[in-house]
Amino acid sequence: MRFDLVLDNWQMFAGGLWMTLQLTALAVLIGFAIALPFGLIRARSNGAVSRLINAYVYAFRGTPLLVQLYLIYYGLSQFEWVRDSFAWVILRDAWWCALIAFSLNSGAYATEIIRGAVQSVPEGELEAAKSLGLSPFKVARLVLIPAALRRALPQYGNEVVFMLHGSVVASVITIQDILGVGRTLNARYYLAYEGFLTAAALYMVLAFVVVFTFRQLEKRYLGYLKVAR
Amino acid sequence: MENLIEYAPLLARGALTTVLLALSALAMATVLGGLGAAGKIRGGPVLRGLVFAYTTLVRGVPDLVLILLVYFGGQRLINTLGKGIGFDYIELSKFWAGVVAIGFIYGAYLTETFRGAYMTVPAGQREAAMSTGMRPLQVLRAVTLPQLIRFALPGYANVWQVLIKSTAVVSVIGLEDLVGLANDAGKSVREPFLFFTAVFFTYLFFTWVSQTIFNAAERRYALKEYSDAV
Repeated sequence: MRFDLVLDNWQMFAGGLWMTLQLTALAVLIGFAIALPFGLIRARSNGAVSRLINAYVYAFRGTPLLVQLYLIYYGLSQFEWVRDSFAWVILRDAWWCALIAFSLNSGAYATEIIRGAVQSVPEGELEAAKSLGLSPFKVARLVLIPAALRRALPQYGNEVVFMLHGSVVASVITIQDILGVGRTLNARYYLAYEGFLTAAALYMVLAFVVVFTFRQLEKRYLGYLKVAR
Repeated sequence: MENLIEYAPLLARGALTTVLLALSALAMATVLGGLGAAGKIRGGPVLRGLVFAYTTLVRGVPDLVLILLVYFGGQRLINTLGKGIGFDYIELSKFWAGVVAIGFIYGAYLTETFRGAYMTVPAGQREAAMSTGMRPLQVLRAVTLPQLIRFALPGYANVWQVLIKSTAVVSVIGLEDLVGLANDAGKSVREPFLFFTAVFFTYLFFTWVSQTIFNAAERRYALKEYSDAV
Protein backbone atom coordinates (compact mmCIF):
# COMPACT_ATOMS: atom_id res chain seq x y z
CA MET A 1 0.00 0.00 0.00
CA ARG A 2 1.34 3.37 -0.99
CA PHE A 3 -0.83 5.85 0.87
CA ASP A 4 2.14 8.23 0.87
CA LEU A 5 1.29 8.90 -2.80
CA VAL A 6 -2.23 9.88 -1.72
CA LEU A 7 -0.77 12.20 0.91
CA ASP A 8 1.66 13.69 -1.62
CA ASN A 9 -1.33 14.52 -3.80
CA TRP A 10 -3.62 15.76 -1.03
CA GLN A 11 -4.14 19.01 -2.88
CA MET A 12 -5.67 17.13 -5.79
CA PHE A 13 -8.08 15.43 -3.40
CA ALA A 14 -8.93 18.77 -1.81
CA GLY A 15 -9.73 20.08 -5.27
CA GLY A 16 -11.81 16.99 -5.99
CA LEU A 17 -13.68 17.41 -2.73
CA TRP A 18 -14.50 21.00 -3.62
CA MET A 19 -15.64 19.97 -7.11
CA THR A 20 -17.95 17.26 -5.73
CA LEU A 21 -19.39 19.61 -3.08
CA GLN A 22 -19.92 22.34 -5.64
CA LEU A 23 -21.67 20.12 -8.20
CA THR A 24 -23.82 18.37 -5.60
CA ALA A 25 -24.85 21.54 -3.78
CA LEU A 26 -25.67 23.47 -6.95
CA ALA A 27 -27.60 20.53 -8.43
CA VAL A 28 -29.64 20.10 -5.26
CA LEU A 29 -30.41 23.84 -5.11
CA ILE A 30 -31.42 24.10 -8.77
CA GLY A 31 -33.32 20.82 -8.41
CA PHE A 32 -35.22 22.33 -5.50
CA ALA A 33 -36.04 25.44 -7.52
CA ILE A 34 -37.51 23.13 -10.19
CA ALA A 35 -39.25 20.83 -7.74
CA LEU A 36 -41.08 23.37 -5.57
CA PRO A 37 -43.42 24.72 -8.26
CA PHE A 38 -43.61 21.36 -10.05
CA GLY A 39 -44.41 19.47 -6.84
CA LEU A 40 -47.13 21.96 -5.88
CA ILE A 41 -48.74 21.68 -9.31
CA ARG A 42 -48.55 17.87 -9.20
CA ALA A 43 -50.19 17.80 -5.77
CA ARG A 44 -52.91 20.28 -6.56
CA SER A 45 -54.01 19.62 -10.13
CA ASN A 46 -54.53 16.95 -12.74
CA GLY A 47 -54.45 19.22 -15.79
CA ALA A 48 -52.28 19.09 -18.87
CA VAL A 49 -49.37 20.88 -17.14
CA SER A 50 -49.46 18.40 -14.30
CA ARG A 51 -49.39 15.49 -16.72
CA LEU A 52 -46.44 17.02 -18.59
CA ILE A 53 -44.55 17.38 -15.32
CA ASN A 54 -45.37 13.78 -14.54
CA ALA A 55 -43.84 12.70 -17.87
CA TYR A 56 -40.63 14.59 -16.98
CA VAL A 57 -40.52 13.00 -13.53
CA TYR A 58 -41.19 9.52 -14.89
CA ALA A 59 -38.52 9.82 -17.59
CA PHE A 60 -35.78 11.11 -15.28
CA ARG A 61 -36.55 8.72 -12.42
CA GLY A 62 -36.82 5.74 -14.75
CA THR A 63 -33.41 6.06 -16.44
CA PRO A 64 -29.80 6.01 -15.18
CA LEU A 65 -28.14 9.36 -14.46
CA LEU A 66 -25.17 8.25 -16.56
CA VAL A 67 -27.41 7.90 -19.64
CA GLN A 68 -28.92 11.35 -19.00
CA LEU A 69 -25.40 12.79 -18.75
CA TYR A 70 -24.25 11.07 -21.95
CA LEU A 71 -27.38 12.26 -23.75
CA ILE A 72 -26.58 15.88 -22.91
CA TYR A 73 -22.77 15.80 -23.13
CA TYR A 74 -22.20 13.50 -26.12
CA GLY A 75 -25.70 13.40 -27.61
CA LEU A 76 -26.37 17.09 -28.24
CA SER A 77 -23.12 17.53 -30.18
CA GLN A 78 -24.68 15.39 -32.93
CA PHE A 79 -26.69 18.38 -34.17
CA GLU A 80 -24.98 21.07 -36.18
CA TRP A 81 -27.50 23.71 -35.10
CA VAL A 82 -26.55 23.04 -31.47
CA ARG A 83 -22.86 23.38 -32.29
CA ASP A 84 -23.58 26.64 -34.15
CA SER A 85 -25.81 28.14 -31.49
CA PHE A 86 -24.82 30.46 -28.66
CA ALA A 87 -25.55 27.64 -26.17
CA TRP A 88 -22.57 25.67 -27.47
CA VAL A 89 -20.21 27.54 -25.12
CA ILE A 90 -22.10 25.86 -22.28
CA LEU A 91 -22.99 22.54 -23.90
CA ARG A 92 -19.46 21.66 -24.98
CA ASP A 93 -18.26 22.12 -21.40
CA ALA A 94 -18.27 18.94 -19.28
CA TRP A 95 -18.91 20.84 -16.03
CA TRP A 96 -22.02 22.60 -17.34
CA CYS A 97 -23.37 19.40 -18.88
CA ALA A 98 -22.91 17.61 -15.55
CA LEU A 99 -24.65 20.43 -13.69
CA ILE A 100 -27.59 20.42 -16.14
CA ALA A 101 -28.00 16.63 -15.99
CA PHE A 102 -27.68 16.50 -12.19
CA SER A 103 -30.11 19.40 -11.67
CA LEU A 104 -32.77 17.89 -13.93
CA ASN A 105 -32.31 14.53 -12.23
CA SER A 106 -32.51 15.92 -8.71
CA GLY A 107 -35.48 18.08 -9.73
CA ALA A 108 -37.41 14.99 -10.88
CA TYR A 109 -36.83 13.06 -7.65
CA ALA A 110 -37.52 16.12 -5.51
CA THR A 111 -40.78 16.86 -7.36
CA GLU A 112 -42.11 13.50 -6.17
CA ILE A 113 -40.92 14.19 -2.62
CA ILE A 114 -42.59 17.61 -2.49
CA ARG A 115 -45.77 16.31 -4.11
CA GLY A 116 -46.01 13.66 -1.39
CA ALA A 117 -45.25 16.16 1.35
CA VAL A 118 -47.86 18.65 0.11
CA GLN A 119 -50.48 15.91 -0.01
CA SER A 120 -49.59 14.83 3.53
CA VAL A 121 -50.38 18.26 5.01
CA PRO A 122 -53.67 17.77 6.90
CA GLU A 123 -56.63 19.44 5.20
CA GLY A 124 -57.60 20.90 8.58
CA GLU A 125 -54.49 23.08 8.72
CA LEU A 126 -55.44 24.62 5.39
CA GLU A 127 -59.09 25.06 6.37
CA ALA A 128 -58.03 26.75 9.59
CA ALA A 129 -55.88 29.18 7.60
CA LYS A 130 -58.71 29.82 5.16
CA SER A 131 -61.15 30.45 8.01
CA LEU A 132 -58.88 33.25 9.22
CA GLY A 133 -59.56 34.98 5.91
CA LEU A 134 -56.16 34.34 4.29
CA SER A 135 -56.10 34.50 0.50
CA PRO A 136 -55.17 31.26 -1.33
CA PHE A 137 -51.74 32.71 -2.08
CA LYS A 138 -51.17 33.54 1.59
CA VAL A 139 -52.37 30.10 2.66
CA ALA A 140 -49.79 28.58 0.34
CA ARG A 141 -46.97 30.91 1.43
CA LEU A 142 -47.62 30.94 5.18
CA VAL A 143 -49.10 27.51 5.86
CA LEU A 144 -48.96 24.97 3.05
CA ILE A 145 -45.38 25.38 1.84
CA PRO A 146 -43.69 25.63 5.25
CA ALA A 147 -45.66 22.64 6.56
CA ALA A 148 -44.92 20.61 3.43
CA LEU A 149 -41.19 21.41 3.41
CA ARG A 150 -40.84 20.34 7.03
CA ARG A 151 -42.50 17.05 6.22
CA ALA A 152 -40.26 16.63 3.16
CA LEU A 153 -37.06 16.88 5.25
CA PRO A 154 -36.39 13.15 5.96
CA GLN A 155 -36.79 12.15 2.32
CA TYR A 156 -34.95 15.21 1.11
CA GLY A 157 -31.96 14.12 3.17
CA ASN A 158 -31.99 10.81 1.29
CA GLU A 159 -32.18 12.65 -2.01
CA VAL A 160 -29.11 14.77 -1.16
CA VAL A 161 -27.10 11.63 -0.33
CA PHE A 162 -28.41 10.04 -3.52
CA MET A 163 -27.25 13.07 -5.55
CA LEU A 164 -23.87 13.09 -3.78
CA HIS A 165 -23.37 9.44 -4.70
CA GLY A 166 -24.77 9.96 -8.19
CA SER A 167 -22.32 12.80 -8.85
CA VAL A 168 -19.48 10.27 -9.27
CA VAL A 169 -20.48 9.83 -12.92
CA ALA A 170 -19.02 13.31 -13.52
CA SER A 171 -15.61 11.62 -13.37
CA VAL A 172 -16.57 9.64 -16.49
CA ILE A 173 -16.68 12.82 -18.58
CA THR A 174 -13.21 13.95 -17.39
CA ILE A 175 -14.31 16.10 -14.44
CA GLN A 176 -11.82 15.98 -11.57
CA ASP A 177 -14.24 15.34 -8.71
CA ILE A 178 -13.28 13.09 -5.80
CA LEU A 179 -13.52 9.91 -7.85
CA GLY A 180 -11.90 11.65 -10.82
CA VAL A 181 -8.79 12.29 -8.68
CA GLY A 182 -8.87 8.66 -7.49
CA ARG A 183 -8.95 7.50 -11.10
CA THR A 184 -6.13 9.88 -12.07
CA LEU A 185 -3.97 8.36 -9.32
CA ASN A 186 -4.94 4.91 -10.53
CA ALA A 187 -3.79 5.75 -14.03
CA ARG A 188 -0.68 7.76 -13.14
CA TYR A 189 0.93 5.48 -10.53
CA TYR A 190 -0.82 2.23 -11.38
CA LEU A 191 -2.38 2.19 -7.92
CA ALA A 192 -5.13 -0.41 -7.57
CA TYR A 193 -6.54 0.39 -4.13
CA GLU A 194 -5.25 3.59 -2.61
CA GLY A 195 -6.93 6.23 -4.78
CA PHE A 196 -10.30 4.47 -4.73
CA LEU A 197 -10.16 3.70 -1.00
CA THR A 198 -9.42 7.36 -0.29
CA ALA A 199 -12.32 8.38 -2.54
CA ALA A 200 -14.61 5.86 -0.81
CA ALA A 201 -13.66 7.24 2.62
CA LEU A 202 -14.26 10.84 1.52
CA TYR A 203 -17.70 10.01 0.07
CA MET A 204 -18.58 8.14 3.24
CA VAL A 205 -17.65 11.08 5.44
CA LEU A 206 -19.65 13.47 3.22
CA ALA A 207 -22.68 11.15 3.31
CA PHE A 208 -22.54 10.99 7.11
CA VAL A 209 -22.26 14.76 7.33
CA VAL A 210 -25.38 15.12 5.16
CA VAL A 211 -27.31 12.53 7.20
CA PHE A 212 -26.26 14.20 10.47
CA THR A 213 -27.18 17.68 9.20
CA PHE A 214 -30.63 16.57 8.11
CA ARG A 215 -31.19 14.79 11.42
CA GLN A 216 -30.45 18.10 13.20
CA LEU A 217 -32.77 19.95 10.81
CA GLU A 218 -35.50 17.39 11.50
CA LYS A 219 -35.08 17.85 15.24
CA ARG A 220 -35.35 21.60 14.80
CA TYR A 221 -38.19 21.79 12.27
CA LEU A 222 -40.04 18.50 12.62
CA GLY A 223 -39.78 18.03 16.38
CA TYR A 224 -43.27 19.39 16.98
CA LEU A 225 -44.83 16.53 15.04
CA LYS A 226 -43.07 13.99 17.24
CA VAL A 227 -44.53 15.59 20.38
CA ALA A 228 -48.01 15.52 18.89
CA ARG A 229 -47.71 11.79 18.32
CA MET B 1 -32.17 6.09 -38.38
CA GLU B 2 -30.91 3.32 -40.75
CA ASN B 3 -27.86 3.12 -38.52
CA LEU B 4 -29.97 2.43 -35.47
CA ILE B 5 -31.78 -0.40 -37.27
CA GLU B 6 -28.50 -1.80 -38.50
CA TYR B 7 -27.08 -1.77 -34.99
CA ALA B 8 -30.28 -3.08 -33.37
CA PRO B 9 -29.02 -6.67 -32.94
CA LEU B 10 -25.86 -5.36 -31.26
CA LEU B 11 -27.87 -3.15 -28.91
CA ALA B 12 -30.20 -6.06 -28.14
CA ARG B 13 -27.16 -8.11 -27.12
CA GLY B 14 -26.07 -5.24 -24.89
CA ALA B 15 -29.55 -5.03 -23.36
CA LEU B 16 -29.42 -8.76 -22.63
CA THR B 17 -26.07 -8.31 -20.87
CA THR B 18 -27.58 -5.47 -18.81
CA VAL B 19 -30.57 -7.58 -17.77
CA LEU B 20 -28.43 -10.62 -16.95
CA LEU B 21 -26.05 -8.45 -14.92
CA ALA B 22 -28.95 -6.90 -13.01
CA LEU B 23 -30.62 -10.27 -12.31
CA SER B 24 -27.34 -11.88 -11.16
CA ALA B 25 -26.62 -8.91 -8.91
CA LEU B 26 -30.16 -9.09 -7.51
CA ALA B 27 -29.71 -12.80 -6.76
CA MET B 28 -26.48 -12.09 -4.90
CA ALA B 29 -28.01 -9.11 -3.08
CA THR B 30 -30.99 -11.24 -2.03
CA VAL B 31 -28.75 -13.94 -0.55
CA LEU B 32 -26.55 -11.34 1.22
CA GLY B 33 -29.65 -9.47 2.42
CA GLY B 34 -31.17 -12.68 3.80
CA LEU B 35 -27.94 -13.61 5.58
CA GLY B 36 -27.47 -10.07 6.85
CA ALA B 37 -31.01 -9.89 8.19
CA ALA B 38 -30.65 -13.30 9.86
CA GLY B 39 -27.36 -12.12 11.40
CA LYS B 40 -28.93 -8.92 12.69
CA ILE B 41 -31.93 -10.74 14.17
CA ARG B 42 -30.40 -13.94 15.51
CA GLY B 43 -26.66 -13.23 15.72
CA GLY B 44 -24.57 -12.56 18.80
CA PRO B 45 -22.93 -9.19 19.47
CA VAL B 46 -19.95 -9.88 17.18
CA LEU B 47 -22.03 -10.96 14.19
CA ARG B 48 -24.47 -8.09 14.73
CA GLY B 49 -21.55 -5.68 14.83
CA LEU B 50 -20.17 -7.08 11.58
CA VAL B 51 -23.53 -6.76 9.80
CA PHE B 52 -23.93 -3.24 11.18
CA ALA B 53 -20.49 -2.31 9.80
CA TYR B 54 -21.40 -3.87 6.44
CA THR B 55 -24.73 -2.07 6.03
CA THR B 56 -23.43 1.27 7.31
CA LEU B 57 -20.14 1.39 5.40
CA VAL B 58 -21.44 0.05 2.08
CA ARG B 59 -24.39 2.43 1.98
CA GLY B 60 -21.99 5.35 2.40
CA VAL B 61 -20.01 4.58 -0.76
CA PRO B 62 -21.16 5.36 -4.33
CA ASP B 63 -21.68 2.40 -6.68
CA LEU B 64 -19.02 3.38 -9.22
CA VAL B 65 -16.34 3.71 -6.53
CA LEU B 66 -17.01 0.16 -5.36
CA ILE B 67 -17.11 -1.16 -8.93
CA LEU B 68 -13.69 0.34 -9.68
CA LEU B 69 -12.34 -0.92 -6.36
CA VAL B 70 -13.59 -4.46 -7.02
CA TYR B 71 -12.37 -4.43 -10.62
CA PHE B 72 -8.91 -2.90 -10.22
CA GLY B 73 -8.32 -3.92 -6.60
CA GLY B 74 -9.71 -7.42 -7.13
CA GLN B 75 -7.52 -7.85 -10.22
CA ARG B 76 -4.43 -6.93 -8.24
CA LEU B 77 -5.41 -9.06 -5.26
CA ILE B 78 -6.11 -12.17 -7.33
CA ASN B 79 -2.85 -11.85 -9.20
CA THR B 80 -0.81 -11.23 -6.06
CA LEU B 81 -2.35 -14.33 -4.51
CA GLY B 82 -2.14 -16.26 -7.79
CA LYS B 83 1.57 -15.54 -8.26
CA GLY B 84 2.23 -17.01 -4.82
CA ILE B 85 0.87 -20.38 -5.87
CA GLY B 86 2.28 -20.23 -9.38
CA PHE B 87 -0.61 -19.08 -11.57
CA ASP B 88 -0.14 -16.98 -14.68
CA TYR B 89 -1.81 -13.60 -15.13
CA ILE B 90 -5.54 -13.87 -14.50
CA GLU B 91 -7.95 -11.48 -16.20
CA LEU B 92 -10.89 -10.58 -13.97
CA SER B 93 -14.26 -10.72 -15.74
CA LYS B 94 -15.86 -7.27 -16.09
CA PHE B 95 -19.29 -8.84 -15.90
CA TRP B 96 -18.61 -10.62 -12.61
CA ALA B 97 -16.78 -7.64 -11.13
CA GLY B 98 -19.97 -5.66 -11.79
CA VAL B 99 -22.19 -8.40 -10.34
CA VAL B 100 -20.10 -8.67 -7.17
CA ALA B 101 -19.88 -4.90 -6.60
CA ILE B 102 -23.57 -4.19 -7.26
CA GLY B 103 -24.73 -7.32 -5.43
CA PHE B 104 -22.60 -6.33 -2.44
CA ILE B 105 -24.06 -2.80 -2.35
CA TYR B 106 -27.72 -3.73 -2.66
CA GLY B 107 -27.29 -6.66 -0.26
CA ALA B 108 -26.79 -3.97 2.39
CA TYR B 109 -30.05 -2.26 1.43
CA LEU B 110 -31.93 -5.58 1.32
CA THR B 111 -30.59 -6.48 4.78
CA GLU B 112 -32.55 -3.51 6.12
CA THR B 113 -35.60 -4.33 3.97
CA PHE B 114 -35.75 -7.94 5.16
CA ARG B 115 -35.04 -7.08 8.78
CA GLY B 116 -37.79 -4.47 8.78
CA ALA B 117 -40.24 -6.91 7.20
CA TYR B 118 -39.34 -9.62 9.73
CA MET B 119 -39.91 -7.24 12.63
CA THR B 120 -43.39 -6.47 11.29
CA VAL B 121 -44.50 -10.08 11.71
CA PRO B 122 -45.81 -10.23 15.32
CA ALA B 123 -43.72 -12.49 17.57
CA GLY B 124 -46.94 -13.94 19.00
CA GLN B 125 -47.66 -15.65 15.71
CA ARG B 126 -44.35 -17.51 15.75
CA GLU B 127 -44.86 -18.44 19.39
CA ALA B 128 -48.38 -19.69 18.63
CA ALA B 129 -47.04 -21.81 15.75
CA MET B 130 -44.30 -23.25 17.95
CA SER B 131 -46.77 -24.02 20.73
CA THR B 132 -48.62 -26.31 18.30
CA GLY B 133 -45.42 -28.31 17.99
CA MET B 134 -44.09 -26.98 14.65
CA ARG B 135 -40.34 -27.05 14.18
CA PRO B 136 -38.51 -23.71 13.65
CA LEU B 137 -38.10 -24.38 9.91
CA GLN B 138 -41.78 -25.17 9.53
CA VAL B 139 -42.68 -21.97 11.36
CA LEU B 140 -40.43 -20.02 9.01
CA ARG B 141 -41.95 -21.62 5.90
CA ALA B 142 -45.61 -21.62 6.87
CA VAL B 143 -45.98 -18.56 9.09
CA THR B 144 -43.13 -16.09 8.84
CA LEU B 145 -42.08 -16.22 5.17
CA PRO B 146 -45.49 -15.64 3.51
CA GLN B 147 -46.00 -12.51 5.61
CA LEU B 148 -42.37 -11.45 5.30
CA ILE B 149 -42.73 -11.51 1.52
CA ARG B 150 -45.83 -9.33 1.71
CA PHE B 151 -44.13 -6.74 3.92
CA ALA B 152 -40.81 -6.82 2.05
CA LEU B 153 -42.16 -6.59 -1.51
CA PRO B 154 -42.52 -2.79 -1.79
CA GLY B 155 -38.98 -2.27 -0.45
CA TYR B 156 -37.63 -5.07 -2.63
CA ALA B 157 -39.24 -3.48 -5.71
CA ASN B 158 -37.60 -0.15 -4.84
CA VAL B 159 -34.17 -1.73 -4.47
CA TRP B 160 -34.57 -3.50 -7.83
CA GLN B 161 -35.54 -0.26 -9.59
CA VAL B 162 -32.44 1.49 -8.23
CA LEU B 163 -30.25 -1.56 -8.90
CA ILE B 164 -31.10 -1.91 -12.59
CA LYS B 165 -30.27 1.76 -13.18
CA SER B 166 -27.04 1.24 -11.27
CA THR B 167 -25.89 -1.31 -13.89
CA ALA B 168 -25.30 1.54 -16.38
CA VAL B 169 -22.07 2.56 -14.64
CA VAL B 170 -20.50 -0.87 -15.14
CA SER B 171 -19.92 0.30 -18.74
CA VAL B 172 -17.21 2.57 -17.28
CA ILE B 173 -14.87 -0.42 -16.76
CA GLY B 174 -15.48 -1.40 -20.40
CA LEU B 175 -18.29 -3.92 -20.09
CA GLU B 176 -20.17 -4.28 -23.38
CA ASP B 177 -23.60 -3.70 -21.89
CA LEU B 178 -26.38 -1.60 -23.37
CA VAL B 179 -24.74 1.71 -22.42
CA GLY B 180 -21.21 0.67 -23.41
CA LEU B 181 -22.18 -0.66 -26.83
CA ALA B 182 -24.50 2.27 -27.58
CA ASN B 183 -21.69 4.66 -26.65
CA ASP B 184 -19.25 2.99 -29.06
CA ALA B 185 -21.76 2.56 -31.88
CA GLY B 186 -23.23 6.05 -31.52
CA LYS B 187 -19.80 7.65 -31.73
CA SER B 188 -18.66 5.58 -34.70
CA VAL B 189 -21.70 6.54 -36.82
CA ARG B 190 -21.74 10.10 -35.40
CA GLU B 191 -25.28 9.81 -34.08
CA PRO B 192 -24.77 9.68 -30.30
CA PHE B 193 -28.06 11.45 -29.58
CA LEU B 194 -30.08 8.88 -31.48
CA PHE B 195 -28.30 5.95 -29.84
CA PHE B 196 -28.53 7.33 -26.31
CA THR B 197 -32.19 8.13 -26.86
CA ALA B 198 -32.68 4.45 -27.72
CA VAL B 199 -30.87 3.51 -24.49
CA PHE B 200 -32.99 6.02 -22.56
CA PHE B 201 -36.23 4.42 -23.75
CA THR B 202 -34.92 0.89 -23.24
CA TYR B 203 -34.29 1.70 -19.57
CA LEU B 204 -37.75 3.30 -19.33
CA PHE B 205 -39.14 0.07 -20.75
CA PHE B 206 -37.24 -1.98 -18.12
CA THR B 207 -38.60 0.24 -15.35
CA TRP B 208 -42.14 -0.04 -16.68
CA VAL B 209 -42.01 -3.84 -17.05
CA SER B 210 -40.54 -4.20 -13.54
CA GLN B 211 -43.23 -1.97 -12.08
CA THR B 212 -45.95 -4.05 -13.77
CA ILE B 213 -44.50 -7.32 -12.50
CA PHE B 214 -44.05 -6.04 -8.94
CA ASN B 215 -47.56 -4.59 -8.87
CA ALA B 216 -48.90 -8.00 -9.85
CA ALA B 217 -46.74 -9.68 -7.20
CA GLU B 218 -47.93 -7.26 -4.54
CA ARG B 219 -51.55 -8.04 -5.44
CA ARG B 220 -50.75 -11.75 -5.31
CA TYR B 221 -49.29 -11.51 -1.80
CA ALA B 222 -51.67 -8.84 -0.50
CA LEU B 223 -53.82 -9.50 2.52
CA LYS B 224 -57.20 -10.55 1.17
CA GLU B 225 -60.18 -8.49 2.24
CA TYR B 226 -62.32 -10.04 4.92
CA SER B 227 -65.26 -10.17 2.53
CA ASP B 228 -63.20 -12.46 0.26
CA ALA B 229 -62.02 -14.69 3.06
CA VAL B 230 -65.37 -15.26 4.71
